[in-house]
Amino acid sequence: MNTDLWFSLRLSLQVAFAATVLIVLFGVAAGYLLARKNFRGKELIDILFTLPLVLPPTVTGYYLIILFGRNGWIGKVLYTWTGWSIMFTWYAAVLASFVVALPLMIRTTRAAIESIDPHLIQASFTLGHSELETAWKVILPLARRGLLAGTVLSFARAMGEFGATLMVAGNIPGKTNTLPLTIYTLAGSGEWSQAQIAVLLLTLASAFFLFWANRTARKAF
Amino acid sequence: MRPLSKAASIFIMLLVFLGMISLQKVSAQEITISAAISLKEAFSEIAKHFEARQKEVRVLFNFGASGDLVRQIMAGAPVDVFASAGLKEMDELEQKGQVVSGSRANFAENTVVLITPQQSSLKIENLSDLTNKEVTRIAVGNPKTVPAGRYADQVLRNLKLYDTVKEKLILAENVRQVLDYVARGEVDAGLVYATDAATKAKELKKIVPVPEGSHQPVVYPIAAVKGGKNESLAKAFVSWVISPEGESILRRHGFKIITNKK
Repeated sequence: MNTDLWFSLRLSLQVAFAATVLIVLFGVAAGYLLARKNFRGKELIDILFTLPLVLPPTVTGYYLIILFGRNGWIGKVLYTWTGWSIMFTWYAAVLASFVVALPLMIRTTRAAIESIDPHLIQASFTLGHSELETAWKVILPLARRGLLAGTVLSFARAMGEFGATLMVAGNIPGKTNTLPLTIYTLAGSGEWSQAQIAVLLLTLASAFFLFWANRTARKAF
Repeated sequence: MRPLSKAASIFIMLLVFLGMISLQKVSAQEITISAAISLKEAFSEIAKHFEARQKEVRVLFNFGASGDLVRQIMAGAPVDVFASAGLKEMDELEQKGQVVSGSRANFAENTVVLITPQQSSLKIENLSDLTNKEVTRIAVGNPKTVPAGRYADQVLRNLKLYDTVKEKLILAENVRQVLDYVARGEVDAGLVYATDAATKAKELKKIVPVPEGSHQPVVYPIAAVKGGKNESLAKAFVSWVISPEGESILRRHGFKIITNKK
């Protein structure tokens, strides 16, 4: 099979994996805080992080360009200091997938934690556990199904990211052409037989991860 | 009435209202034109004059990379007229028998230029400066679907620069995206048509023509597409583009007119 397709598949997995690691770290923390703590602007933050879920990815991509482009708010500072810009690199694809898939993790985490019986958490405190111990030993284990679901959904969403990725990472053969972007290019240039292989590859990979996630969930919980 | 059902009934009324608007018969005839995105301003102006002359006609545009457009037409997109930025795309369509015979005309020419962003601190005076190691990103159209990318590819290969710069190439989906990447300063340089550069001249530092003969001539063909909704109107639009009025608009936008149109 075509080596270019292998590259795209590997890149897609690499991007989705990197994005999912970041999403789990950040998303669980954010979901936890939103579920457990009350602070000013809480709902505003929730809306801000959920927006990429409902906005078209092109809108998210546009905001990312404004923020991280060579002349963007953050991008400009970065470029002046280091001479490096995230645009058109595979890190940009990770950034796009991270922002677009993060709401899935935050929302499922928040919902899972909020649905835990509060008595269990109170009991943990009464028995002398600190907040951190309670989170680690009681809350997160009880929310594990939600966390796993969030992780799987985020990974799947990251794997399929197209719009925002196209805008910030471009579609550069051998560098940033993830599988969805490659399918777009192949279909656009009429190479249907290659496109078909790519489509099958992506479908199989996605189906495999769902199967694996379902099995892990049955076994572990 | 409960507030919820009140909201629901307002919503339904709105839907009915919108439905009534869309049901109103549109009396105007429509034609859809798929055109190379570099023709955007010139064709929009030509269409405005066309609509003013032909009463009750609406011209709809689908601008994009010629390669994408021809693919859409072959896949059955309802298009009446196709105008490409390269002979290759029109030849493909013609070979598939999807061009109305006798309607094709090679009507305009363009040139390729090297452009750099206004705020750039790099010294890029000509194409060979692209090999400097300070130049890290050069935008060109994707040669597979974008004619401007194909010409850029030919330029770089003809001048024996391709192997040195190929790692720096950022492929864009159409020529206006190349222009946008450069204008925004996202890349250090780009290759576009002279007419594109003219639309954003203020945001560009340098506009340098590439050496003559370093790429195939940039020739724009136009033709009525077979199976369109309105073939006579499509032919009328094609003749309007190659009429003296159409040509003067094209010239004003920087295109060179081809006298021998076959």
